[in-house]
Amino acid sequence: MNLESGVGRMESFLRGRRDDGAKLLVVYITGGYEGWEAAVETAAAAGADAIEIGIPFSDPVMDGPVIQEASQAALEAGATPSSVLAAVPNLDTGVPHAVMTYYNLAHHPGHERFAATLANSGIDAAILPDLPLVESGPWRQAAAEVGVETIMLAAPTTPDDRLPELCAASQGFVYAVGLLGVTGERSTLASTATEIAKRCKNVTDKPVLTGVGIGSPEQAVEASVVADGVIIGSAVVRRLLDGGGADGVGELVASYRAALDAG
Amino acid sequence: MVMTDPNKEGRFGEFGGRFVPETLIPACEELETAFRDAWADPAFVSEFHRILNDYGGRPSPLTECYRLSEQLGVRILLKREDLNHTGSHKINNVIGQALLARRMGKSRLVAETGAGQHGVATATAAALLDMECKVYMGQVDVERQELNVFRMHLLGSEVEAVSSGSQTLKDAVNEALRDWVATVENTHYCLGSVMGPHPYPWMVRTFHHVIGDEAYEQCMKLMNRVPDVVVACVGGGSNAAGIFSGFADTNARLIGVEPAGGAAVGRGVPGVVHGMNSYLMQDEVGQVQEAESISAGLDYPGVGPEHAYLSSIGRAEYPAVTDQEVVEAFQLLSKTEGIIPALESAHALAWVVREAATLQDQAVLLNLSGRGDKDVDQMMDVLGTENNQ
Ligand SMILES: Cc1ncc(COP(=O)(O)O)c(C=O)c1O
Repeated sequence: MNLESGVGRMESFLRGRRDDGAKLLVVYITGGYEGWEAAVETAAAAGADAIEIGIPFSDPVMDGPVIQEASQAALEAGATPSSVLAAVPNLDTGVPHAVMTYYNLAHHPGHERFAATLANSGIDAAILPDLPLVESGPWRQAAAEVGVETIMLAAPTTPDDRLPELCAASQGFVYAVGLLGVTGERSTLASTATEIAKRCKNVTDKPVLTGVGIGSPEQAVEASVVADGVIIGSAVVRRLLDGGGADGVGELVASYRAALDAG
Repeated sequence: MVMTDPNKEGRFGEFGGRFVPETLIPACEELETAFRDAWADPAFVSEFHRILNDYGGRPSPLTECYRLSEQLGVRILLKREDLNHTGSHKINNVIGQALLARRMGKSRLVAETGAGQHGVATATAAALLDMECKVYMGQVDVERQELNVFRMHLLGSEVEAVSSGSQTLKDAVNEALRDWVATVENTHYCLGSVMGPHPYPWMVRTFHHVIGDEAYEQCMKLMNRVPDVVVACVGGGSNAAGIFSGFADTNARLIGVEPAGGAAVGRGVPGVVHGMNSYLMQDEVGQVQEAESISAGLDYPGVGPEHAYLSSIGRAEYPAVTDQEVVEAFQLLSKTEGIIPALESAHALAWVVREAATLQDQAVLLNLSGRGDKDVDQMMDVLGTENNQ
């Protein structure tokens, strides 16, 4: 499938859910961390609309301490891009899958090869937080050719004059970075979260999801007043690090789902 | 010109670029604009040189090593960056960036450091210009460069030990980048080498150009010709870029010496980390490997993109030396010339010693990028256990 014309599976699925009146919930889980496959399945069963699977990288500059720790543990346990991706086709979720990783893991094998590996593993979309719009053209093209959507990040610092181009380039959804900083829960929702979501919504009708810094169901609800939904990562991974296992993740995701559904 | 400006996308040939999170893109653009503007402003350039001269001690001398030259059969000239204030070449870049940060209205500096020399230089500039400063340093380096940690504290800076990953320079860069992502509105990231996203590699080289300019004049005065070889150690590659820039358009051989355990050009393949596309030591899937060197300042798996370019076009060579060769060179310069070099700079000499037979009667200009006081503690352990004094 070529994405040059048309919309990929991630975007059509999320648009469909949004049209049904749902606020969207995307859940991040570090691939390769002990018990991650079961956690992905329970997250989906508990109401995640899509799953973001982290492929651990040695130098995760956009990640805070929680995801760093999980990534490091996964690497030490021997996780590689192929070991993580090989498990994806067997995951029983019923929702689209994105990978979230760093650009060198796509650059090293080569864009075409990495994109093909993703497509063949049942991955619908990719998020590469250290690949900004200005450097992203060649990757986006290679990914689109095999039907993989590239989700771009819009930051609070992204100027108004670049936002339309960025949102137009983004496929799957637009990832609105909720604050200035790296991944990790914060005690309150940053004021930047609502602002950036609003600015994105003004220039695109693609789903706009806010991520980075969402630490509670209440914050998720607050962020989703403007945004179409949220991405939660560190809160989920912390459950795994604390030994909560797949059940703990399921409970946590269910609490976000319930809060978002209640509005 | 061989070492010219990078293209509009910040590339030297295929290397360089701006591979940072979207959050930092506006800051990189702002920095590029501010740097172009400042460097075209005679008032800025003259203040930069005034501080380097009156405060930093420039110009640094060129020292002819009579005893060592006789012993090796190679005419050795040292560019004495070790005599700069704070003890290394790092001060050139830091004064430039701190002045630029102030001009941009930033009140806080963050920096990464390996050996601690760049951290000390940044802490010094922050004290001089009354700015807040935080330095990230790998836990391993905090332990082996304790003296420099104390110096940074004395200078009024905060030092944060980084315990993720290999706990060395690479991880300190990650942590400094994470800080900058969160504080970009009031903070300038004072990067310590010719690496990172555009415009850093080009800007940092420009601030170190003074090394090459002075050395060129000094060689002309002394010999009325350029040296046969210009040699410098390479971690990220700033001192090498500085001295190379004075000689890139001459027929002098350019040699950048890497540590065997951190040979990005020698053992690396193109990769992307820390904002740049350059040679990078990585495993078979693209995970960045940990460097391993006796010298904290060279303990880095990557290299600045312009060096990757100079290597790819065959203009500069990047051999590697072992820790053992470095330890010997460190002692050699101390005993024959009365100059204790930084372990980093001793890499350049180690190459000259190894290649002496092929360099007979040639004139070699060696960038002595720093002094060895910071390494004395570590060398007491090394030489003590080897019972080799
Ligand atoms: C004395 C000295 N030389 C060289 C270096 C390596 O840096 P670069 O390769 O950027 O010159 C350092 C870094 O800490 C240093 O302290």
